Amino acid sequence: METDKTEIAFTTAGLTKVYGEGSATVHALRGVDLQIPQGELVVLLGASGSGKSTLLNILGGLDQPSSGQVSFFEQNLSRMDDADLTLYRRDHIGFVFQFYNLMPSLTARENVELVTEIAENPLSPEEALALVGLSERMDHFPAQLSGGEQQRVAIARAVAKQPRVLFCDEPTGALDSTSGRQVMEVLQQVNRELATTVVIITHAATIAGMADRVIHFADGQIRKIDLNDQKTLAQNLVW
Amino acid sequence: MRMLTGLSPLDRKLLRDLWRMKGQALAIALVIALGVLMLVMMNGLVRSLEDTRTAYYERHRLAQVFAPLQRAPQSLLARVAVLEGVTAVAGRVTGSALINIHGQPLPLSAQAVSLPDRGEARLNDIYLTSGRRPDPSHEDEIILLQDFAKAHGLKSGDPLSATMHGARRTFRIVGLAQAPEFLYSAAPGEFVPDDARFAVIWMSQSALAAVYDMNGAFNQLLLGTSADSSLPAILDRVDTLLEPYGGLGAYGLADHVSNRFIEEEISGLRVSSRTVPPVFLAVAAFLLNIVISRMIQSEREQIGLLKAFGYRDIEITLHYLKFILVIAVGGALIGCLLGVISGRSLAQVYQSYYKFPFLLFQVDPMTFLIGVLVSILAAAAGGMVVLQSVFRLTPAVAMQPPAPADYSRSAALASFLKRFLDQPGRMVARRLLRQPGRAAGGVIGIAAGMSLAVAMLNVMSAFDRTLELSFSLIDRSDLSVSFVEPLSDKVLYELQSIDGVIEVEPVRTVAVLFSNGQHSYRGAITGLPPAVRLNRALDVRQQTIPMRAEGVVLGAALADILQVKPGDMLSLDVREGRQPQLQVPVTGVADTLIGSPAYMALDSLNRVLREPNRVSGAYLRIDSAKQDTIYRQIKALPAIAGVSLKQEAREAFQTLIDTSAGAVRYLMAAIAGVITFGIVYNSARIAFAERARDLASLRVIGFTRGETAFVLLAELGIITLLALPLGGLFGYFLVFAISEGFSTDLYRVSAVFVPQSYGIAALAVIIAALLSGWLVKRDIDRIDLVSALKVRE
Repeated sequence: METDKTEIAFTTAGLTKVYGEGSATVHALRGVDLQIPQGELVVLLGASGSGKSTLLNILGGLDQPSSGQVSFFEQNLSRMDDADLTLYRRDHIGFVFQFYNLMPSLTARENVELVTEIAENPLSPEEALALVGLSERMDHFPAQLSGGEQQRVAIARAVAKQPRVLFCDEPTGALDSTSGRQVMEVLQQVNRELATTVVIITHAATIAGMADRVIHFADGQIRKIDLNDQKTLAQNLVW
Repeated sequence: MRMLTGLSPLDRKLLRDLWRMKGQALAIALVIALGVLMLVMMNGLVRSLEDTRTAYYERHRLAQVFAPLQRAPQSLLARVAVLEGVTAVAGRVTGSALINIHGQPLPLSAQAVSLPDRGEARLNDIYLTSGRRPDPSHEDEIILLQDFAKAHGLKSGDPLSATMHGARRTFRIVGLAQAPEFLYSAAPGEFVPDDARFAVIWMSQSALAAVYDMNGAFNQLLLGTSADSSLPAILDRVDTLLEPYGGLGAYGLADHVSNRFIEEEISGLRVSSRTVPPVFLAVAAFLLNIVISRMIQSEREQIGLLKAFGYRDIEITLHYLKFILVIAVGGALIGCLLGVISGRSLAQVYQSYYKFPFLLFQVDPMTFLIGVLVSILAAAAGGMVVLQSVFRLTPAVAMQPPAPADYSRSAALASFLKRFLDQPGRMVARRLLRQPGRAAGGVIGIAAGMSLAVAMLNVMSAFDRTLELSFSLIDRSDLSVSFVEPLSDKVLYELQSIDGVIEVEPVRTVAVLFSNGQHSYRGAITGLPPAVRLNRALDVRQQTIPMRAEGVVLGAALADILQVKPGDMLSLDVREGRQPQLQVPVTGVADTLIGSPAYMALDSLNRVLREPNRVSGAYLRIDSAKQDTIYRQIKALPAIAGVSLKQEAREAFQTLIDTSAGAVRYLMAAIAGVITFGIVYNSARIAFAERARDLASLRVIGFTRGETAFVLLAELGIITLLALPLGGLFGYFLVFAISEGFSTDLYRVSAVFVPQSYGIAALAVIIAALLSGWLVKRDIDRIDLVSALKVRE
């Protein structure tokens, strides 16, 4: 999975997203122009309501833009219909959510299998769980795991299909600092070892230290982009 | 969960989800099961009765044509045999008899029937259940109808005393039998069969001919016909042929009393089976639809997540379809199983009631298929509609909890609400106002359940009304007697002179073929005296209908069969005496619920027969303190063909409606109750599932358990209260459908509306709501506050 770092994974042009009508209209994105190179660890930084989750949803194929263009390598996401977007997610994208979103009725291993089942060339659930350090707890149900462990299962589930891109929406939002740091370590490791492009949404500025690229978001627009030459190791992040 | 390892993770999720929701899944499955149970049981009964009847008739060669006559020589049979379409011929002797049983105050009616001296009967053979056939060289040997023997503890070898042709004789029982022509046998002048009060005596042809003075002759002709023959043509030719021999009119099997009764019962059951189970199934399907759709609604976040992973809509649909199928098919299978079990046990009741020697309970495989398919469709439809609405959302939206419902629509009411309601009260009111569709679903669901209960309770009352109207209002006598043949009305004085007889009212019953164009009915006309008091024709306001000199008053059922109304003309083909053919106007329709009677003025009836002052029976009112001596004196009268006590007839009718088609009503009422409870309970459960997190939040911010429960239960209470009037209204319409389904030509169940039935049904719903509320309240009390708020499920 060695990829040329200069290759561009995502390109957006004039991306907008409008919710609601009339007086209730919300402009979540107001013209976003952006390029994300393959293999980078990108942090999207912004206050809540700044539109960063909307951008992530559109890049991840979970939602459609109101106008503008978005493409993944040569594929034009903004022209895809529901079935194509499903395939796109299935083949290329992994998600990690703030609230883990594990199926409560499935064990850790089974939650991972849920994805390996439909993936082309997946890691085995055991490998994926070993990657996040949960080999010992594979047969536990979500209710038997701590928040950090649940989030690591969610990461294992997301990376098991060896996606080209991993989207993480506030992955540490519901965690204490120790668990949060562990989760970030895992994400950094995935980025390094599997060469997966990792896009992390957060409003915690300290996380920016471990990113290749930090995109500052406000009012549905990009304010500035910082490139980071001196990446901090996740374990050294100050919370 | 080792055994689950071979399954895909989605299937494991399915099984675990089913297990987690087992209580609710079972409740839904049971509602389906009850709907399917009705379908399978009723269809199975109809099919089994039809098949059994056909097989029984064929096995014992039941005749296709019956022709009673005065007397004809055996030699005539050869001429009948060559008629076109006739495949078998038999001539036999029949006659009426009275059986005297020790200890019985009144004589019991019987029919004597001849059997060939040698071998089996070519037509209308018997099914010998014990003993042997009579030896023609022993004239006192008889075979007795098994059920009569059983009712009186008689067995082979016992003697039996009977009066035949005016002389008392003693016979010896050599065998017991059943026969397809006496599946359903009532004493003369009576409507309802009673094993203990009507017997059939079979004797050898030569012995019976000797008794009735019929040596070398017969008085009943039986014919077997080919399948392609024309029945009216054969009846015509037979009537012509028998005219010189006092032919009383040939008739086909369809008009044979026993067959007609049984056909009516089966067709009544058939109508019930087509009208009633669909109503139950529809209510069950509706409930299922609501429950499934809400269940899937509550899974929308998981559905969004599966979509985010890249699962296709079709894969997710299949997953939930499996979930629905397990419940629907499981319920349907339970219903099929219970349907077969309850059908079997009801079939046993029917078998003994109809005196079938065997009855195989069989259900048409199509019925199972229909039951399962309807359940699946109802369940799947509920699921698919919701899935479609979830699929319309992008995964990003679906994964979020639904946006807080916009309660601003109810803002106009805010000041009003604020003034009269406290905070929890306002939450309840706003939720109901905000989601009127959901509230309406709950209201309609509970109302549908209640309507079943209302309808069944009304139908139960309608059965009682049929009994009451027939045996208290129409017939006010204590007993009725019928004579062997029409007698001079002087016999009335003889009856009147018996000590203790308070009132005697004459009656003349004449066999008649009614016809109006293509509609015809073989029945009887009852001639009533002018100042009728004991046996009356009543109009719908329960006032006596006066008999005019001209014309006939028909019972409602008969008017229906013949498609006539007052003012129409009707043809009467009298099958007695000089057999006149008449055209008479219909002057009224009587509100009768049992049988299909027709009434005329007694004098007019006798005039058209040219037999003045004749009576064929009488209704009596007696002093019950003197009944024993009255019975003894009536028993001594020579011309009595039968005596019927109204009380016994009433009890027999009660037995009839409790053991025949009407028996199903108890089961239906029970099922209606269970479905009603199922709907109320499921509504409460779903409401709880949908709001568990809100309720936990309330607890967290300091609401007491009682206040929290109020928010949920008040909603349930309001929905229940709204459902009550609607349920009553639905029930009102359902009564018509269900009572129509229960009505047969034998008895009608009219749509009656008893206020109590609404009260009882409403009470049942309220009790079900309270019980459901209490069960849910326990769960509210047990909410785990922390986990309910933390975990997003």
